[in-house]
Amino acid sequence: MTVAESRREFLQRLGGGLVVLVAVDDIEAQESGGTRRRGGRTAAPKDIGAWLHIGEDGLVEVFTGKAEVGQNTRTSLTQAVADELRVAVSAVHLTMADTDLVPYDIGTFGSLSTPQMAPQLRKAAASAREMLIRLAAEKWNLKPSAVQAADGAVSELNGSRRAGYGELTRGQKLVETIGDGARVTPPGEWKVAGKSIPKVGGRAFVTGQHKYASDLSVPGMLHGKVIRPASFGARLVSVDTGAADSIPGVKSVRDGDFIGIAAPDPRTAESAAAAVKSEWKADPQQGNQGLFAYLKQTAGPEQVVKSAGSVESSYAAAPVKLRESYQVAYIAHTPLEPRAALAQWSGDKLTVWTGTQRPFGVRSELAEAFKIPEEQVRVIVPDTGSGYGGKHTGEAAIEAARLSRASGKPVKLVWTRTEEFTWAYARPAALIEIASAAGGDGLITSWEFHNYNSGTPGIETLYTMANRRIVFHPSKSPLRQGSYRALGSTANHFARESHIDELAGAVKMDPLQFRLKNLADERMKAVLSSAAEKFGWGRKPAAGNGFGIAGGFEKNGYVATAAEVTREGNAIKVIRLVTAFDCGAVVNPRHLENQVEGAIVQGLGGALFEALTFENGRITNARLGAYRVPRFGDVPVLETVLLDRKDVPSAGAGESPLVALAPAIANAAFQATGIRLRSMPLRFVS
Amino acid sequence: MLLSITVNGKAQKIETDPGLPLLSLLRDHLQLTGTKYGCGEGQCGACTVLVEGRAVRSCVVPSSFAAGKRITTIEGLARGEQLHPVQQAFLEKDALQCGYCTPGMILSAAAMLNEQPKPSEAAIKRALQGNVCRCGTYPRIVAAVRLASERMSGGAR
Repeated sequence: MTVAESRREFLQRLGGGLVVLVAVDDIEAQESGGTRRRGGRTAAPKDIGAWLHIGEDGLVEVFTGKAEVGQNTRTSLTQAVADELRVAVSAVHLTMADTDLVPYDIGTFGSLSTPQMAPQLRKAAASAREMLIRLAAEKWNLKPSAVQAADGAVSELNGSRRAGYGELTRGQKLVETIGDGARVTPPGEWKVAGKSIPKVGGRAFVTGQHKYASDLSVPGMLHGKVIRPASFGARLVSVDTGAADSIPGVKSVRDGDFIGIAAPDPRTAESAAAAVKSEWKADPQQGNQGLFAYLKQTAGPEQVVKSAGSVESSYAAAPVKLRESYQVAYIAHTPLEPRAALAQWSGDKLTVWTGTQRPFGVRSELAEAFKIPEEQVRVIVPDTGSGYGGKHTGEAAIEAARLSRASGKPVKLVWTRTEEFTWAYARPAALIEIASAAGGDGLITSWEFHNYNSGTPGIETLYTMANRRIVFHPSKSPLRQGSYRALGSTANHFARESHIDELAGAVKMDPLQFRLKNLADERMKAVLSSAAEKFGWGRKPAAGNGFGIAGGFEKNGYVATAAEVTREGNAIKVIRLVTAFDCGAVVNPRHLENQVEGAIVQGLGGALFEALTFENGRITNARLGAYRVPRFGDVPVLETVLLDRKDVPSAGAGESPLVALAPAIANAAFQATGIRLRSMPLRFVS
Repeated sequence: MLLSITVNGKAQKIETDPGLPLLSLLRDHLQLTGTKYGCGEGQCGACTVLVEGRAVRSCVVPSSFAAGKRITTIEGLARGEQLHPVQQAFLEKDALQCGYCTPGMILSAAAMLNEQPKPSEAAIKRALQGNVCRCGTYPRIVAAVRLASERMSGGAR
């Protein structure tokens, strides 16, 4: 397929059958009405959320801009469509994240695939189902209510006539644009969604057949390497590529401060890159030492997120007052598949295969970098070796495309682990200062919360606090920073839920009771109570052990974590974790459990041992041997309670399960040792 | 150097620099991309292959190490359509999310089960300590390995 194929050509190429387009534009929705068949229309409305094609063979092809990065969205979206269309999961195939084939999508982040994309696909599938019913009814001269759809076919309710979906649309080309019309199956009636079906396409992964971006190759391909600056923000003073250029098959590329190599194989690319002599100059930069003071000193104008009542007077008047400060280190996403891209030019048209969470965003970046229209750029995202929010940007794609253009050949470029640690963006470090007050009755009366640098996600709270002032201060960050699973919510929850525990101690109340007393939100109280009950809260821990609990709310997911820990040397050993989680109606219980437990295990890293160390513009622990990530031996007893709320729309679950973990551990460590740790990663000092 | 190795049952003679990491030989010269690069330091296990049935981190081992030996990569584990019990168990227990660590995990587990057919949970975790799963699927991986061991040793312990 040519890169610049128009939508009309694309629709024609799909062949006979039925195409349903989901408009997200209100005007389009009204226009189409949702129930009229619009035969022969081939122009696509401007704002399409998704589309779905049922072929003459009865197979269902779904097109979505979301990317599969290990969160099993491919499976859950397949379930949603199979459910709504009443077909087997095996009859549904998703084309994901190929910018030439799928509608525009803002990106796979924000835990939005489940709450937004799934409903769109359900609407498309439901419309297709209703249309197929109408087709059969017309054919058999019956009312639509006299036929039903099941098992990939429409059949008479009182009779024996039956027609497969493919048969009903054969020889026709139907295009239906829908807005809100069709009746979508409510969670209580789900038959395919709501079940733990195995990972779609899983066999390809266990046999090594699946090709990630870093596995792809095309004929004539070269391998690329970039010569990196000596430190962040360094400017190129001089470069000598003579030695590299003399290696057979090597092409060096120089464009401003960009220096790259394309070579016939990765080993030669490495040797050639090592043979390039470059001199760089940079200004001194802030390192780890004194980082948090630096974040406070360089804070820009404050952004008041919430202000109510008077924190000054309520603080002054209260019998119990507390003022503390919390710190969170920069951490690295460390996706096991490093970022990679394979770029291929065909005249002025560029195709790049790369693992990213934002195919259309990367397409824009590429169009901008090369000053070509977006229509001439195609980004294809194979199911990717994880992202965790770290693969939003197209660095590898641009680098590969530059080398490809300069060398006249396709170029594949794969970052090393050291490049991943150094040149990718980190999760922001945070300094958080809290001043709070409570009455002798245990009610919080004053709450002042300042976050420096790490952001506003999770900065607001569900606790009832009449007087509050919640402020974000952007700072100068010495490290490049960006999204990470749960973003600033982890830091904000760590500080808040640690502080809430300290406040509970100050008013001499049980931490769980203190929380429940100051919460009105029923779902928040329910997860806290669930976690506590499963954990056995209220018992006394064994000597030397401690219990802790914490709650969180993020992206419409409610989480509570209860922890049992003990001290081992200067480290915290986590013995047991109970997590209760409520994200509305559950689509795939086992995959949800995997996401919850996976988030908890990943969160253990940030809670207990992960931290980027850096000095004068260099990451000093940019190797897996020096940056500790959670392993088998670090996993405690893990129990998960999923609260399945079929009466509430499904929210996403990719991020929220993380947020209550670190404070639960810190709270448990305090009970075990009497020492309050206010810095992540949580470590005792001798 | 002309290297003689047997990969997935097929004898090969490859002209290569003896110091080339075995991982590069497999991926770049033999197009066996099932074995993955994760760290280049032998710290993550994504590059695990079997050399004479033992788990080896191919990214820190020179190709010369494999001379005259039999190598099994993930592509060689199944027998035609018939998956190895560890592969089958990984699917049934949903022991993968992004799947990138999975080939290395499966081979490490298969190697362990060759030597310890009935491992305890603690033994499984120790044997796989060198394999990182950043998605955090560890509990299900342990469950999958236990299931595989039960089947391979002919029934429940």
